[in-house]
Amino acid sequence: MSTTTTTVPSAGPAAGSHSIFARLRTGDEIARLITFIFAASVVLISLLLIFELWRGSVLPRHKFGLHFFFTDVWDPIFDHFGARPFIYGTLITATVALVLAVPLGIGAAIFLAELAPQRISDTLQFFIDLLAAVPSVIYGLLGVFVVVPIMRQYVQPGLQHTLGFLPLFQGPAYGVGFLTAGFVLAIMVIPYIISVSREVLLSVPRNQREAALALGATRWESTWKVVLPFARTGIMGSVFLALARALGETMAVTMVIGNTPTISASLFSPGYTIAAVIANEFSEATSDLHVQSLVELGLVLFLLTFILNGLARLLIVVTAQRGSGTAQA
Amino acid sequence: MKRIAGKLLIFVAFCSLAVYLVSSIDLAEQTVLAQSTLLINGAGATFPYPIYSKWFDEYHKKYPNIQINYQSVGSGAGIKQVTEGTVDFGASDGPMNDDQLKAYRDKYGYGILHFPTVLGAVVPTYNIPGVKAALNFTPEALAGIYLGQVTKWNDPAISAANKGVNLPGENIVVVHRSDGSGTSYIWTDYLSKVSDEWKTKVGKGTSVNWPVGLGGKGNEGVTGLVKSTPNSIGYVELIYAAQNNIDYGAVKNASGAFVKANLASVSAAASSAAKEIPDDFRVSITNAPGKTAYPISSFTWLLIPEKFSDAAKRDAIKGFLKWALTDGQSYVENLSYAKLPKEIVAKESKVINSIQ
Amino acid sequence: MSTRLRWRKFVSHFMLTMTGVCAAIAVSVLFFILGYLVYHGGTSINWDFLTKLPTPVGEAGGGMANAIVGSAKLLFLASLLGVPFGFFGGIYLSEFSGGKIAFVVRYAADLLNGVPSIVIGIFAYSLVVLPFKHYSTVAGSFALGVMMIPITLRSTEDFLRAVPRDLREGAMALGASQWRTIVSVVVPAAYRGVITAILLALARVAGETAPLLFTAFGNRFGSPGWNQPTASLPVMIYTYAIAPYDDWHRQAWAAGLVLLGLILVINIAARAILARGIGVPRS
Repeated sequence: MSTTTTTVPSAGPAAGSHSIFARLRTGDEIARLITFIFAASVVLISLLLIFELWRGSVLPRHKFGLHFFFTDVWDPIFDHFGARPFIYGTLITATVALVLAVPLGIGAAIFLAELAPQRISDTLQFFIDLLAAVPSVIYGLLGVFVVVPIMRQYVQPGLQHTLGFLPLFQGPAYGVGFLTAGFVLAIMVIPYIISVSREVLLSVPRNQREAALALGATRWESTWKVVLPFARTGIMGSVFLALARALGETMAVTMVIGNTPTISASLFSPGYTIAAVIANEFSEATSDLHVQSLVELGLVLFLLTFILNGLARLLIVVTAQRGSGTAQA
Repeated sequence: MKRIAGKLLIFVAFCSLAVYLVSSIDLAEQTVLAQSTLLINGAGATFPYPIYSKWFDEYHKKYPNIQINYQSVGSGAGIKQVTEGTVDFGASDGPMNDDQLKAYRDKYGYGILHFPTVLGAVVPTYNIPGVKAALNFTPEALAGIYLGQVTKWNDPAISAANKGVNLPGENIVVVHRSDGSGTSYIWTDYLSKVSDEWKTKVGKGTSVNWPVGLGGKGNEGVTGLVKSTPNSIGYVELIYAAQNNIDYGAVKNASGAFVKANLASVSAAASSAAKEIPDDFRVSITNAPGKTAYPISSFTWLLIPEKFSDAAKRDAIKGFLKWALTDGQSYVENLSYAKLPKEIVAKESKVINSIQ
Repeated sequence: MSTRLRWRKFVSHFMLTMTGVCAAIAVSVLFFILGYLVYHGGTSINWDFLTKLPTPVGEAGGGMANAIVGSAKLLFLASLLGVPFGFFGGIYLSEFSGGKIAFVVRYAADLLNGVPSIVIGIFAYSLVVLPFKHYSTVAGSFALGVMMIPITLRSTEDFLRAVPRDLREGAMALGASQWRTIVSVVVPAAYRGVITAILLALARVAGETAPLLFTAFGNRFGSPGWNQPTASLPVMIYTYAIAPYDDWHRQAWAAGLVLLGLILVINIAARAILARGIGVPRS
């Protein structure tokens, strides 16, 4: 479903007037100026944000340099800080989240785009949109009281019995840890994958599907072998979007991850993410180096999500253009 | 134009209604109090939070125009925020070290005072399904558990002191603080005194590089984790274990006796310090001498700046401090904190008057 | 029918059923969350809960009146920041700007949109809390307002752009100046979309916890005025949920129900407004 965007020719200044005061007398110029100020302020705020992050992390950048990213130690007593366990935790939980959410999300999107009649598809999408609106702390609440006990009592021991030969599922079952955090994150990002993938799939031109069916493919085959590959880039965009969301998630993660900077092959191990450590330690870091190391972590997170969001948008736009380029409704 | 005016009017009316509702609730709160409210903000230790929240509540009942808003965010945050000036006072069970004191003085030109308020104990609390007895812990056992060297509950280091208790062969889930904590300071201070390996490897502080374990936020978070995680051990202030019905153990003190934390044993630990407490009240009483002393006891301090620019706040805080040291002490024992020794109260009262 | 064909048909039916299962699972999560909150928190929402202040630690009872009012004030002030910048900025992008400036502004808005909320918290702390030396409702609102800006900006721009050219040209043909056209014709045509955008932005930041941790801080009492720390629903839920007291858990569920209920109501209302609107397509 593509939107027809009508581009409005932007009105230039009233013809004939030259001096700025003369021009200002016309309401148009004032309106333009006022709205420009607001728009420019948005740019200013974002520049200020980057500037504050950069300025606020000057100490660790100078003291540790690139070593910051390869050190495991996080020691406020001896003033030694390294980002690796947090980067690891952030990436691992996001990976687990995607492994769980992507198949489920794309499956649901296929159902909504290909199979469900319009009304049902719209209704279900409505519910999915509501799911996306649930705040992080509520997921955290359910995580602590529902997911963690289930993980500790059933899921983790179960995985250990069946797949315990893999280093992924070894170690004591705390309930909290990478696996639980990844699971909760998966639930949080599914709506994004579904919404965007559904839109992308709907924008695939009908003739593609019809051609496949005409050639004798079953509906599944037409979806799997023709429609999905066509929409592949857009779906990847949705995955990147979901990934960006997962990386920045704070509250739900800090309530279920165990808050221990560890790098471990086991998913049962407690860990830490960048967002979680900032939330826990920022208001109490006393030494300047400690605070600024946390700010540097914030900067790293910012850059990661920034790049991912950019890529996501690019991919989604590319797919939309491909779709409308060959569209014949 | 009329249509827009109409809609605009509705919109403005709606917003005004919202503002009206919000501010009238505000106003209602304020008019209940005859005079204008004085709001004082403090932040810090979770260790004394139960008694502080009781105190501030009672004090507010006594003087309804004084609201002392205390946020239990951890001693580390308390020190940081009072140094930044974002709160009016701090609270910590790990006294500020010389560097932090100097940083404060450099920043403001005057110093910050430590006022002991109550005595408390940090207890090793555990949740072992099937074990209801109070376990005995030797210093070696505790250090070993927290260093990650003692990994199972039936390890000889633990079982040797607990003959007759059927300890399971389960892995010990170690819980520590994830935030900057005075309780951690007390715990690591004790471990540094009884274990050289701990002292060199980890050290003492409000935030250390823990060799093993899960992190919980605040005494509340650690208690929550221990309560819900089988075979776990954590360290919390006594009242948190007591209020939440989780078992806590006895610890072997410097004289060799296994002592459980209670009012008497905590007071015994403070008695030797009472006479010789330094003028700035910063003292550690962990591993104190005495047969009945509980080895992981500590004072907890309110961190009060020497000078206040706001006279009303200064007077309110001074008034509160005086109340806390006298009437306030009658509430502490109900919450399992020990009263301050009389000598210390007397000394503090003199210092209160020096706050400008 | 050959076996191969039968197999392929079976696979097709099976996989498509599985996609239905996926969709069912995804949607059922919403109802599970709601149901759980209603079950655990529903009974705790009573008059006490809505009107009383919290009691000292360990004592049962009390309520979250200060958190509810605090959240209301935070959101109100946040919209004062987020809505004008987003709305007028969106007008600029759709009506006045050339390609380059529009690109930069949009880029900046997308950048702000993607920033994790905890980083916004750091930003607000260094910009508002430190210079003024205390936690405050203003600081919390600043953080939330900054988060609202990109949402309202992009949506306003999209909805305004979607208003058909004919409307604008008609107004101009009648002699209206550009700003007059915007005020009298374009914005009213798109107002449903804009209101939807504002409501959705509000719903989004209503649940945010992380940026409030070191800006609004927290308060056991009500917070008169705008310059003091304030309690808020999301932070209360967080604090109570990780504590060991069962009574606090009970209150956390109730607060969760209140918060989620509010957010869902705003979302549903926003979409209802949009659905009834004249054919302004959703982007």
